[in-house]
Amino acid sequence: MSRFKKKTDKGTPGISTASLPDIVFMLLFFFMVATKMRDASIMVKSNVPQATELVKLEHKNLVMPIFIGQPLKRYQAVYGTSPRVQLGDKFADDPSEIAFFVQKFRAKIPEAQHGMIFASIKGDKDITCGIVSDVKTELRKVGQLKVNYSAKPRPKK
Amino acid sequence: MARNKREVSEVNASSMADIAFLLLVFFLVTTTLNPDKGITVKLPPWTEDQAQDETKMKKRNIFSVLVNANNELLVRGEPADVDNLRERAKEFIANPSHRPDLAESPNKAIITLKNDRGTKYETYIKVYNELKAAYRELWDEESQRLYGVPYSEDMPIAQKKKIRSKYPFVLSEAEPTAYGEEE
Repeated sequence: MSRFKKKTDKGTPGISTASLPDIVFMLLFFFMVATKMRDASIMVKSNVPQATELVKLEHKNLVMPIFIGQPLKRYQAVYGTSPRVQLGDKFADDPSEIAFFVQKFRAKIPEAQHGMIFASIKGDKDITCGIVSDVKTELRKVGQLKVNYSAKPRPKK
Repeated sequence: MARNKREVSEVNASSMADIAFLLLVFFLVTTTLNPDKGITVKLPPWTEDQAQDETKMKKRNIFSVLVNANNELLVRGEPADVDNLRERAKEFIANPSHRPDLAESPNKAIITLKNDRGTKYETYIKVYNELKAAYRELWDEESQRLYGVPYSEDMPIAQKKKIRSKYPFVLSEAEPTAYGEEE
């Protein structure tokens, strides 16, 4: 039978890597889109409490984070251990700095979207309500009424 | 000319994958995939006159919740537990058995929340979450009854409005009292 030639042993063929760059680029674009560069490092303990009634904030550039918590260990020598408010990349010495911070944040955003800005209070679960209500009062004074208490999802019972 | 006849040599693209990998690793490391989630509230506008006139309202329409600096609850003047707060709030708002001491109708019901400056933030969020959950469950039930689907933010606006006008979310927060603040 000459029609069926005996297969010559060529060894295992190598896997083509021609599509590898495409796959990698696909992943790359996904991460480029999903990435949000954090512009400030967090300087306070910010272990947010758990809750069930969570709402997801959609527009990340319209979220104004306000961190409240005990300063991290390396800042405690300078800033003490009582809870502090962190605005941007520095500690607020006085709650009245929030007004300036909100104005600065609004200046970067088109005026039509000012009503959609959310102040996201990322409070540590060990802080007391006093400092939070000070922040809330300042936000109310400056007209920033949309607030989101940042929280982690809690598994439902 | 002989020069023009020469074929254009292709760019060697074998290192493209390496470059892409490098960028990929960079973005992998810097990515923080933490969606901003939390409990959304709308604060009341600031007014100089902070006095709230509760005397005009009937006592049966007010569901007062107090949280003190020791994280203890006082609901309508009696000590309570956070675990059955949701059930009590639901019963108060809907008042299915028309009891004379609970709200006249859901849109007259008012929940007031007051806390000390020394109340733990975690407790405060827990209480707020339970009160919000009470309303969400009522909306869910109403939505199931009317449209056969659970309440969600993606529902048509007209349906959402109808449900929300039956059970309007009214939660008034008083200025905290200055007890138990640690300095």
